[in-house]
Amino acid sequence: MPQIFPRKSNTLPHLSLGGMLGSGVIMVFLVWYYFSPEYTDVGYAPEQPVPYSHRVHVDQLGLDCRYCHNFVEVADVSNVPATETCMNCHEIVLPQSTDLAPVRASWAENSSIPWVKVHQLPDYAKFSHAVHVNNGVGCETCHGRINQMEVVQLVEPLSMGWCLECHREPENYLRPNEEITTMGYIHSEGFLENNLNRIKQEGIRPPTNCSACHY
Amino acid sequence: MSASTDKTVTLPAEPPLVTGNLGFHDITQLVSYHTEKRPPSVWYMTMAVSSTLLCVLMLMIAYLVWNGVGVWGNNNPVGWGWPIVNFVFWVGIGHAGTLISAILFLFRQQWRTAINRSAEAMTLFAVICALLFPTIHVGRVWVIYWTLPLPNQMEMWPQFKSPLLWDVFAVSVYFMVSLIFWYVGLVPDLATLRDRARNAFRRRILGFFSLGWTGANRHWRNYEKTYLLLAALATPLVLSVHSVVSFDFAVSIIPGWHTTIFPPYFVAGAIFSGFAMVMTLLILARKIYGIQNIITMDHLEKMAIIILLTGTMVGFAYITEFFIAWYSQVEYEQYAFLNRATGPYAWAYWTMMSCNLLFPQFFWIKRLRRSIPFLFLTSIIVNIGMWFERFVITVTSLHRDFLPSSWDYFNPTIVDILTFAGSFGLFMTLFLIFLRYLPMVAMAEVKMVLPQSDPHYYDKHESEHEAN
Repeated sequence: MPQIFPRKSNTLPHLSLGGMLGSGVIMVFLVWYYFSPEYTDVGYAPEQPVPYSHRVHVDQLGLDCRYCHNFVEVADVSNVPATETCMNCHEIVLPQSTDLAPVRASWAENSSIPWVKVHQLPDYAKFSHAVHVNNGVGCETCHGRINQMEVVQLVEPLSMGWCLECHREPENYLRPNEEITTMGYIHSEGFLENNLNRIKQEGIRPPTNCSACHY
Repeated sequence: MSASTDKTVTLPAEPPLVTGNLGFHDITQLVSYHTEKRPPSVWYMTMAVSSTLLCVLMLMIAYLVWNGVGVWGNNNPVGWGWPIVNFVFWVGIGHAGTLISAILFLFRQQWRTAINRSAEAMTLFAVICALLFPTIHVGRVWVIYWTLPLPNQMEMWPQFKSPLLWDVFAVSVYFMVSLIFWYVGLVPDLATLRDRARNAFRRRILGFFSLGWTGANRHWRNYEKTYLLLAALATPLVLSVHSVVSFDFAVSIIPGWHTTIFPPYFVAGAIFSGFAMVMTLLILARKIYGIQNIITMDHLEKMAIIILLTGTMVGFAYITEFFIAWYSQVEYEQYAFLNRATGPYAWAYWTMMSCNLLFPQFFWIKRLRRSIPFLFLTSIIVNIGMWFERFVITVTSLHRDFLPSSWDYFNPTIVDILTFAGSFGLFMTLFLIFLRYLPMVAMAEVKMVLPQSDPHYYDKHESEHEAN
């Protein structure tokens, strides 16, 4: 009987074996790299209804974060400021600006400005701002150099692995409570030792068990 | 030696495994023929029904993924509703194939050769249906890869302490080993089909899958060795898969689930339901395809005996559970079982009891074991009973949990019902495709058990040899 396949098809079993192993490795790499929040989420900078510039307000005018996000020290959620907070100044400052029209409309109609949320955590992960800012985690640590952003963007992956990096070794990240809102903070000499002392004294033990955040 | 001093007992001769005095070529012809011609009209009718059901299944899955698991009847105490019931049901059915092909092979039960190919195919298709249900039950189907230990930047890692994860590995390993085992067994038969193929395309496809098989002595030696090794590898899996499925329940602390009897009891139940499904399919297939000489009445009777044996084991486990509940003196355990038999799901409990324990007892009567209509009826009833067993275990244990204020009754929705019906569509469509394109009987193996395969056969049947 004549052969159906040419001689070179004998290499096919070896090729397919190698191909299977290779594609397994490639698959793992693809998931590891492309399915991660670091790839999918970082750099998210949606257009906001009002072209609010953190650079102008924080860097040039020197507002503290807590002037607008005023519940951050007492609440789980760091609030987006109410329209009234904006109007405290903008009744007098630039009252005719077209960029501010949605803010004045919101004030007049007693409705909310539809700000777009940038830092989103999944529903099944609980996070408290108050616990973090009262124990030496600076705004900048998670949100980056907000004071340099025209439009707020996500700079950290906010993934579980990223959270755990700090929860396992908080001494690398903590700063004195007076420096919480400082932007561009530079750790002082010997901060590791200071942090380790502080962690011991204040009993800062960031949990790494599942039910710390998933409950 | 006179008759009175002769102490040897002569056992009645085993009936021949293949009837009708078929020769080697008759077997090839009888089986291969069906893959080469247009299928019978019954095939088309069944295919129409099952592919319609398959479409229903896909619609239901799309609807579910779009809307979320709220479209099912699962409620607060009954978090595991029909999807888990269906999962265990299908995994159970998927046990007969590998039992027949691996365990019966190691025990040299030669009657397995007639039924192993289709039973293994059925196993694979049942396991596909089974894998579907937990996959859609997780809710967020698109992150199902979280069940696999893939390195990732989120530092998400499966919980190796959870039996649900063991399940992922147990069932998927079982599927892969069954698939390889089935395929290895297919190679000689695919080569037979290849050699019979008339057109070049068919020859190339079959040639590709028969891996250059020529029937050489070396090929057979390697094949037999591989098959034996795979049988040895698959044997522990037959027992382990359903044991691990039972751990999903037994490892938890819910009264009614938390019992050590679960692994053997689940395995017996799985073989019970698997054989029933093999019987349902083969009674129809042997009739429609005219292979009654290969899958004989004796084969069906042997399967009936296994159904009787495993059904009685399952029934024994049901009763043991009650005994242990009483003997343990644990109030909650006792309540769980009393509630099963007398509570709001008593109807399901007694359906299960009568279908699984009582009905197979008719197989003590030889006449019923050899009656095709009765075998067919029993095979259907057994599978109804086994579905209810999983329903009883899952739902009755959950519906009255530790907090009476959250007690509730479980009602399936139309989506539940159509998804389950649709899974039969998936199963039957795959099985019909198998019947159409692959040899439904392991031809090479059946030839080995023919009387003609005995090298001395023609010493006594010389005239026949000349006739051939």
